[in-house]
Amino acid sequence: MSSPLTPSPSTRSFAVWRRNFRVWRKILLPSALGNFGEPLLYLMAFGYGFGQLVGDLGQLPYMAFLASGIICSSTLFTASFEAMYSAYTRMAGQQTWGAMLNAPLTVDDIVLGEILWAATKGLMNATAILIVAALLGLVADLRALLALPVLALAGFTFAACAMVVTARSRSYDFFLYYFTLVLTPMLLTGGVFFPREQFPELLQDLAYLLPLAHVVDLVRPLLTGGSLHVPLLHLLVIVAYGAAGLLVATAAVRRRLVR
Amino acid sequence: MQLEQPLATAPLVAMRGLCKRYADRSVVDSLDLVVQEGECFGLLWPNGAGKTTTLRMLLGLTPPDSGTIQVLGEPIPERARVAREQIGVVPQFDSLDPDFTVRENLVTYASYFGLRGPHIEQRIAELIAFAHLEGRENVAIPELSGGMKRRLTLARALINHPRLVVLYEPTTGLDPQARHHIWQRLRELRDAGTTLILTTHYMEEAERLCDRLAILDAGRIVASGTPRALIAEHIEPHVLELTGAGADTWGADAAPDAGVRIHRVGDLTLLYTAKPRALLERLDASDQRYLHRPANLEDVFLKLTGHDLRD
Repeated sequence: MSSPLTPSPSTRSFAVWRRNFRVWRKILLPSALGNFGEPLLYLMAFGYGFGQLVGDLGQLPYMAFLASGIICSSTLFTASFEAMYSAYTRMAGQQTWGAMLNAPLTVDDIVLGEILWAATKGLMNATAILIVAALLGLVADLRALLALPVLALAGFTFAACAMVVTARSRSYDFFLYYFTLVLTPMLLTGGVFFPREQFPELLQDLAYLLPLAHVVDLVRPLLTGGSLHVPLLHLLVIVAYGAAGLLVATAAVRRRLVR
Repeated sequence: MQLEQPLATAPLVAMRGLCKRYADRSVVDSLDLVVQEGECFGLLWPNGAGKTTTLRMLLGLTPPDSGTIQVLGEPIPERARVAREQIGVVPQFDSLDPDFTVRENLVTYASYFGLRGPHIEQRIAELIAFAHLEGRENVAIPELSGGMKRRLTLARALINHPRLVVLYEPTTGLDPQARHHIWQRLRELRDAGTTLILTTHYMEEAERLCDRLAILDAGRIVASGTPRALIAEHIEPHVLELTGAGADTWGADAAPDAGVRIHRVGDLTLLYTAKPRALLERLDASDQRYLHRPANLEDVFLKLTGHDLRD
């Protein structure tokens, strides 16, 4: 079907993407409500409620700090959910992938198409949050638009990593391991809700072993008008996780479905 | 065992020396299978005898441990994607997309073949008529009956005008009307020159539809040929099925006529014979409950693969 090691997807991947997009279009209204409403509620509640207690973080109002963190964590969870629960349903539950494999699609096409779709959902979510944040006056300048390609890339990486879990999963319950052992620690140490500097140094360094901290370090300055530190290094880590995720996920889904 | 090749042209499907093992269990064992263009070829085998594995290998979804596969002139699994562009598959389990309507299912499936745009619209209209689903274009899949789903699945498999259609148990679970409708459609396809490979548990279905068939067990072909030739080769033309009180007595000693073969399955006694007249006269004179019928493919199948349950 394809070479034994490296993923070799074709442009047919976009048929997979388009299939998911068509389904999403049917539930456009509730999706949009969630995309815009959730961040609005979170920013309002935490920003006003919690922000009063915290005050400003350096020059930065807490709400601006929080908005630039939530846009990252929301991309993380949107992309991960899509690549786990939704993709698993299409793989194991409703045989959508089975039907695709009877057509001229390969496992490699499907894995890439699903990851691209999950990244797209993450990007759509991030865009909605950016709009909300801009309307609330939490965005410094037009440089904030540069955060969107970064978050698209981040969505790809998070989706690719989640797809590895999906490939090995035998039920929805299996995803809880990934949540508890990977996503939650990454979220809490990633600098989304409070500065990483609050942690002991060792923990700060450990946080950089996972991709979210790098995403936050790129996105926050872009949204709040700060200066970027070692942006290429951050990008490199995100790309490395994304590439490794795609490689391992493709191999794992092949092992599961082509045997 | 090599199937006889009726034509000298290159076969549409040629599987040679195929082996597949999972752990230490051999699922397909030195299988040779040749299907010619335009024929309807039936694969009959008990559950767990390697059926799914063989068809997955044909489609390039399972790599064989050894042996070669050529489908539509393409080596499989290396160029399975290219071969599948000309293949339609009716899968064993419903894989219609529940997130879509009838029409959207066809549009989406077409896109998997790279078929888009206005010219596919006409094909979709044809297929909706073929599946007898006019007026139901915008109905959601969960609202369709089993028969409608099966018809739509068959229609979906034809979206790319396939030269080869692979069908897993196309009429399992359908009522007689729905079965006859599917059979009608399959005959139309066969008459139009489409090659069909089907698996079924209904011997009647295989007998009606297939030009040739192979009976397989434990990953090997145990018999092959036309349905009529297989019956003639393996089974006496008349079958008497005896049930109820006295059936076993008949089986044991009341039917000692020359040329009567006796087989007992549970409470059923089967008498196979070429000359049934004397036997029938004696049965009619008794009050034994019996059924007299011609030999069929099921007799062949059960004779060759045994009566024991398989799963």
